[in-house]
Amino acid sequence: MAATLVYVPRETSAVSVGADEVAIAIARHAKEAGAGIELVRNGSWGASWLEPLVEVVVDDQRIAYGNVTAADVADLFAAGFLEGGDHARRLGPVDEIPYLIDQDRWTFWRCGLVDPLSLDDFRTHKGFAALEKAFAIGHDAVLEAVAASGLRGRGGAGFPTGIKWRTVADTESEQKYVACNADEGDSGTFSDRMLMEGDPFGLIESMALAGFAVGASKGYIYLRSEYPLAHTVLSRAIETARHNGWLGNDIQGSGFDFDIDLHLGAGSYVCGEETAMLESLEGKKGIVRYKPPLPAIEGLFGKPTVVNNVVTLASVPNIVRLGAERYASLGVGRSKGTLAFQLAGNIKRGGLVEKPFGITLRELIEDWGGGTASGRPVKAVQVGGPLGAYLPASQLDTPMDYEAFIQIDAMIGHGGIVVFDDTADMAQQARFAMEFCALESCGKCTPCRIGSTRGVEVIDKMIANDDRDANYDLLVELCDTMEGASLCAMGGMTPYPVRSVLKHFAGDFAPAAGGSE
Amino acid sequence: MSNKSIDKAAVSAIVREHDARPELLVQILQGIVMQHGWISEDVIRQLAAELNLSRADVHGVVHYYHDFRTSPPGRHVVKICQAEACQSMGSRELTEHARARLGTDLHGTADDTTLEPAYCLGNCACAPAIMIDGKTLGRVDSARFDALLDVMRGAD
Repeated sequence: MAATLVYVPRETSAVSVGADEVAIAIARHAKEAGAGIELVRNGSWGASWLEPLVEVVVDDQRIAYGNVTAADVADLFAAGFLEGGDHARRLGPVDEIPYLIDQDRWTFWRCGLVDPLSLDDFRTHKGFAALEKAFAIGHDAVLEAVAASGLRGRGGAGFPTGIKWRTVADTESEQKYVACNADEGDSGTFSDRMLMEGDPFGLIESMALAGFAVGASKGYIYLRSEYPLAHTVLSRAIETARHNGWLGNDIQGSGFDFDIDLHLGAGSYVCGEETAMLESLEGKKGIVRYKPPLPAIEGLFGKPTVVNNVVTLASVPNIVRLGAERYASLGVGRSKGTLAFQLAGNIKRGGLVEKPFGITLRELIEDWGGGTASGRPVKAVQVGGPLGAYLPASQLDTPMDYEAFIQIDAMIGHGGIVVFDDTADMAQQARFAMEFCALESCGKCTPCRIGSTRGVEVIDKMIANDDRDANYDLLVELCDTMEGASLCAMGGMTPYPVRSVLKHFAGDFAPAAGGSE
Repeated sequence: MSNKSIDKAAVSAIVREHDARPELLVQILQGIVMQHGWISEDVIRQLAAELNLSRADVHGVVHYYHDFRTSPPGRHVVKICQAEACQSMGSRELTEHARARLGTDLHGTADDTTLEPAYCLGNCACAPAIMIDGKTLGRVDSARFDALLDVMRGAD
């Protein structure tokens, strides 16, 4: 009898709640029972609330068991788990879990499905098909497809990827670079990590595609040091790709040379800003550069550089393979395609939900997320990381669309959605926004470096009811200065969460707060 | 991983692994911290000489990044995420609990265990998150924190 396939994710969230221990227990029990199993450590499907989510393949169907603990394993074996036996943890076929099947997986379709470190599995699931197609259709056709898809940068800024790539392609230089921004520092975001852990070859293919399109022979991944597992997975995948001729000189006889270096960050949030990241990649302090020149013209080591977020890059292979029109037909307005939303914080069913733009916050939080984990009412939702506004429950019907968010003084950013229940003290959240900016400011520009520290002090006075109305005015003025005069989004957008608290939750500064609605 | 001095030969070996390229300074420092836990003044001096950089350059980079500790950590390092997603699930209370339990403030060391803040471990759907000796752990309430500490200490 062939060995039974058992999947146990090797993904940070799953491992953080016991997946390794579950894998060990399953291997031990199978051995004791004399059952032949093949244990595959896949990526996560994204239903983090069900982790560790274990699957057993029975009659070509993947039967899922959710929230499995090592202590459950003996019981699962007794219940005939290897034959898909019934048990309290049994969820049924993984492809019938509503949370997962109601998604539109354009970028994350291989996550959970494949063995992340198996090149064969990757190839079976269309791996490198887009790169092969690119070799056949040529650089220009790839650039045209990316432009026509309407893809915008998923790191947060939403800049049109096609324009960026075209600029690099059109800039003459003997050396160009592709720099992948994997410094996913925003709280509430983990999509880059899930992709790198679940489909590392997908990222490698995406970077090679970018390099081919713009004429770059060298790529860098700037990975934050808080992601040790992603580092292990990516390192091994890069080595495997190199060993099999998918990285290096003359890739698969195409004449195209491309290789990737994996660099680790060192715990600096601002290094997620593209020019600070380039400085750090050059071995320096991660201090923001003036723009212009744009990195597309003078980037890494002064050479034309494509700087893109992990998810941006990983969206491209299917655009090339399936056609730009299909991608552009998804979404709303100028927000084309899908975004991998990340449901986080105080939410019952947290995880990754990839859907076309246009879905509302309410649908994501209520239909997918099931409301708060605590069961209490939603008080505030921070979208887009620590520089994103706190939205009140009354704004939950806002569609996820770059422009719709700008209209309510908010931003979608990298798609992180952090839910707070009614016990949250929003004055403390406003204070934290300033505190975090003070901690992480690179120090180059004064509004950010000094303004953030003054911001904490002013908010402390407001909380202590020390001349609250005057300090309210001072805080608003400080926000104006930071927003208008900072060099990058760190100082320029820290006022967003602060202002949103003043606007929607002024009562949290105490009943007598001035200037509230 | 901590000790009061860092072996010169080990540092040189890491520099050689990176072909003594000054543009790889951040990677070299990361390698040293992973092996030794911190960066000493002696290491700064040595790196400046071996990479042909000024001491001020190396010093500046070391002091810029949070990962590059300039004093030796304890045998164990416990990081508690302080960012918003974890805040929404009680990380402030968890941090208070950890401070009391470990007998040290953030950035301090007691009983050979260093307590540090982290600003997002990317485990935001399983908050609150902590990291013990490089391993990310999720859904950590006070009781689970205590159990994880027992496991950590038990491994000594």
